Amino acid sequence: MNRYRAAPRSLRQVFAVPLALFLVSLFGLIAALVGNGMWDAAGWIALSLPVAAIIRARRRS
Amino acid sequence: MTPRTIRAWSFVHKWTSLVCTAFLLMLCITGLPLVFHDEIDAAFETEAWEPARPGGPLLSYDAILEAALTNRPGEVPLYMSFDIDRPVVNVTTGPTPDAPGSRMHFASFDRTSGELVPPAPDGGGVMDFLLQLHTDMFLGLPGMLFLGAMGVLLLAAIVSGVVLYAPFMRKHDFGTLRRQRSRRIKWLDHHNLLGIVTVAWLSVVTLTGVVNTLATPILDLWKAQQLSDLTEGFEEGRVARAESSLDAAIAKARQAAPGMTLQFVAFPGGAYSTDHHYAVFLHGETPLTENLITPALIEAETGRLAGLREMPWYAKALALSQPLHFGDYGHLPLKILWALLDLATIVVLGTGLYLWLARKPQSARESGRPAALAVRSAS
Repeated sequence: MNRYRAAPRSLRQVFAVPLALFLVSLFGLIAALVGNGMWDAAGWIALSLPVAAIIRARRRS
Repeated sequence: MTPRTIRAWSFVHKWTSLVCTAFLLMLCITGLPLVFHDEIDAAFETEAWEPARPGGPLLSYDAILEAALTNRPGEVPLYMSFDIDRPVVNVTTGPTPDAPGSRMHFASFDRTSGELVPPAPDGGGVMDFLLQLHTDMFLGLPGMLFLGAMGVLLLAAIVSGVVLYAPFMRKHDFGTLRRQRSRRIKWLDHHNLLGIVTVAWLSVVTLTGVVNTLATPILDLWKAQQLSDLTEGFEEGRVARAESSLDAAIAKARQAAPGMTLQFVAFPGGAYSTDHHYAVFLHGETPLTENLITPALIEAETGRLAGLREMPWYAKALALSQPLHFGDYGHLPLKILWALLDLATIVVLGTGLYLWLARKPQSARESGRPAALAVRSAS
């Protein structure tokens, strides 16, 4: 079970996924604001990733 | 991070969250239906409204204003706005030019006949109640500023929460939810996961919410800095009457700002104008600039165009904060995402409260470790 692995993760490992989700969410929030059509769709996809991360974590545990 | 710095950040996280959690729960719960207010309003509409004379000639804005004032004897006009998809003009009136929102009266008029458009049934005013609770808790400006302060505390809670995420996750992969462990560990993992993935959205909604609570001081500053030169030479303290033609004022504004779209007119003495001018607000045509309004100021008594005044950066920030807070700028899918992220935030608040209530007894903390970390090492 890797969650009992002794080696602690580095800050970079801890924040890799959260930082990616942060940047993607910000992109989504702004994309839907600056344009219509494709930009709105890009915003929806980007902002659905944090929701998808929650669903995925719940299904895996 | 040393245990000492972790303790300091835990202290910040605990107290900033504890102070604002009750208000944040109220804001998240009232905000949820408010995200869908357009859809809810539409659902309550019993039958589609038709103008009295479809395709017929339109009455002047002056005629509509007269009809609105006849409908509300003794009141003064505050705002006039224009429906996009039907020939309807909305007139907000009030007992005084600086009447607070709770004393304003909103009425819609058919531009083909001057008749009142029956107000859409809104479920007994439930949405208005929720909006007022969400905005200022029925306390006016002090209530608004208080909720803004709660927003600032939440921002501090978010920052400290992100810092604390690192020591908690040192031994776990992203997305770890130990659901088979104790209830406390299960909810701790949920708190960490839901908190960290909603950081960007919650920060933006919180920050823009705080900016929205500053609307009154921002508009006051704008008037003091950008419009005060327009009122030189006018009698101070006296609010001009809406004497000159509104149609002429709107025509002059359109001429001064070609390519822009009429949004609303603010009458003299209110939050959006001086004591002496009509402020005719226009907005741009692109998705970004349609949120940015620019006023043309016209002397209400003489009809003279005083000029077009681009809004300063802080007023633009206020304008952009509205869509980014309301989530109403990307159709229904964006609203649904807004609602889901709002629900996730409710879970973060609830689990945070639970983790505090179910905290380790005093002994664990007296051993020199923050209670929360005692959980981690126990796992």
